[in-house]
Amino acid sequence: MATVDLPLDEEAQEHNSSFPLFSERFMKVAIPVGTAVALIAIWQLGVRIFEVPTYIAPAPSDVAAEFYGEFPLLMRNFWPTLYESITGFVVGNLAAILIAIAFVHSKGVEKAFFPIAVFINTIPILAIAPILVLIFGAGMTAKVVIAALICFFPTLVNMVRGLQAVTPQTLELARILSASKSEIFWKMRLPSSLPFLFSALKIAATTCVIGAIVGEWIGADLGLGALIIDSTFNFRAPLLYATVFLSSGLSVFLFTTVSVIEKLVVRW
Amino acid sequence: MAALQTPAAESDFAAASLQGASVRFGELTALSNITLDIPVGEFWTILGPSGCGKSTMLRLVSDLIPAAAGSAVIFGKSTEEARLAREIAFVFQDATLLPWRTALSNVELPLEIGRKRGVTIPAGDRTPMELLEMVGLKGRENALPHELSGGMRQRVAIARALVCQPKLLLMDEPFGALDEMKRDLLNMQLLEIWRETGTTILFVTHSISEAVFLGQKVLMLQAHPGRIKQIVDIDLPSPREIKIRETPRFNKYCSELRALLEEC
Ligand SMILES: Nc1ncnc2c1ncn2[C@@H]1O[C@H](COP(=O)(O)OP(=O)(O)OP(=O)(O)O)[C@@H](O)[C@H]1O
Ligand SMILES: [Mg+2]
Repeated sequence: MATVDLPLDEEAQEHNSSFPLFSERFMKVAIPVGTAVALIAIWQLGVRIFEVPTYIAPAPSDVAAEFYGEFPLLMRNFWPTLYESITGFVVGNLAAILIAIAFVHSKGVEKAFFPIAVFINTIPILAIAPILVLIFGAGMTAKVVIAALICFFPTLVNMVRGLQAVTPQTLELARILSASKSEIFWKMRLPSSLPFLFSALKIAATTCVIGAIVGEWIGADLGLGALIIDSTFNFRAPLLYATVFLSSGLSVFLFTTVSVIEKLVVRW
Repeated sequence: MAALQTPAAESDFAAASLQGASVRFGELTALSNITLDIPVGEFWTILGPSGCGKSTMLRLVSDLIPAAAGSAVIFGKSTEEARLAREIAFVFQDATLLPWRTALSNVELPLEIGRKRGVTIPAGDRTPMELLEMVGLKGRENALPHELSGGMRQRVAIARALVCQPKLLLMDEPFGALDEMKRDLLNMQLLEIWRETGTTILFVTHSISEAVFLGQKVLMLQAHPGRIKQIVDIDLPSPREIKIRETPRFNKYCSELRALLEEC
């Protein structure tokens, strides 16, 4: 076999774009962290100097003390919300993905169901939540359904776009190779939808927590949402603040998890 | 003993034979009444003004679009049969690689399509790895397309096109987006691949000198409706070297074709 020898002209520009220098990376972390610390310090000072009552606005130190002191209570309310958020995330996104696949394969299904999906999406989640609590009762199911519902629409829209993102040229390639419909789906449409899917999943990772908490507001004995309502009505501001921080910590955790998985899966 | 009727040998057929073939897009006649025979093993280049139907012609031959009238026959078979038998390969202007697959697994794609359905896939003499080596990408087989330059991506596309050992290789401005140096390099490589594999090549280009340098014949198309203007024999010695482009003969062909193109 004759190898066609070439001067390897193009190899010069390698792809290992050098990592940012250590000091650059350090500054990237240090600036936002420093800003946050400064804001917290201002908050602490402000509350102390103006002698704001704790039940109106607690100082960060009060919140931290409450977080430490009421840790078992916070955790007892954290797990149900985590469970509802993750289950809702899985259910809502899975439903959206499957329906998107159905839409892409049949224009009829899309014509029949897309307007309904749009309609459901236009109902504010706060308005639909009581209805779902009436239907599913005060247990976890209603919260899971609300979390699922809030995830559903962005994923549906993005997934449909992703599955249709295959270039006409790629489809011509598929035809020249006489690929079947299922081969086109598995080897071309599905992989090319992944970047779109992940940008939707990142939205869903934070909104599913909102869904679960809104559900808990309407009616629940346990969960971060219930604790928010409880501590508000009992004027336990430090506990309220601690709960809010824990909720946003949960969102950040889910978002980070999805982002890490995205980095591993979508390498192109 | 009665002589047995032997089936017609493959070489009795042209690689591609168009008989009064036309293609229409609604009202527009993109190709009108094309009749030509491309003998097996020849290298033809196609020139013509933009929109004259060059791509359409390749897409007709590769069964991407049907003929509105007339016929297109590939090695004695319908274009569909030839496509199903993987006798035709296509290299597009942009490499059309799957961005999530490495260079090697892009080249392997044609071997995967249809395998689970039990389709017999004509595997070539060369493995995907050897093909990558042949196009000068040894050591880059695990690179993803976005990590490769335009020229390298196009070479992966060529390796992919060769993996099923096609008898007819269609190329639609494959080097159009490359700079002159890379284009020369890939032109030389392509000629070498052609000599080695003996495949028939139909190559669309906008560059007159590329058409003359590569082609044994230059098919000149003209527009409105797309039809054959002239088929010009390029009688230059083979194997061709880059230097040949400085010879008076080469330049004579170029100016002849330029004059023809201006008439279109
Ligand atoms: N899918 C299509 N639908 C409608 N018209 C088309 C389609 N494909 C091509 N055409 C028309 O057919 C004619 C020939 O197109 P074609 O792409 O074959 O030209 P070309 O010679 O390849 O041009 P270029 O050099 O710019 O690539 C053009 O007028 C074009 O607008
Ligand atoms: Mg074209």
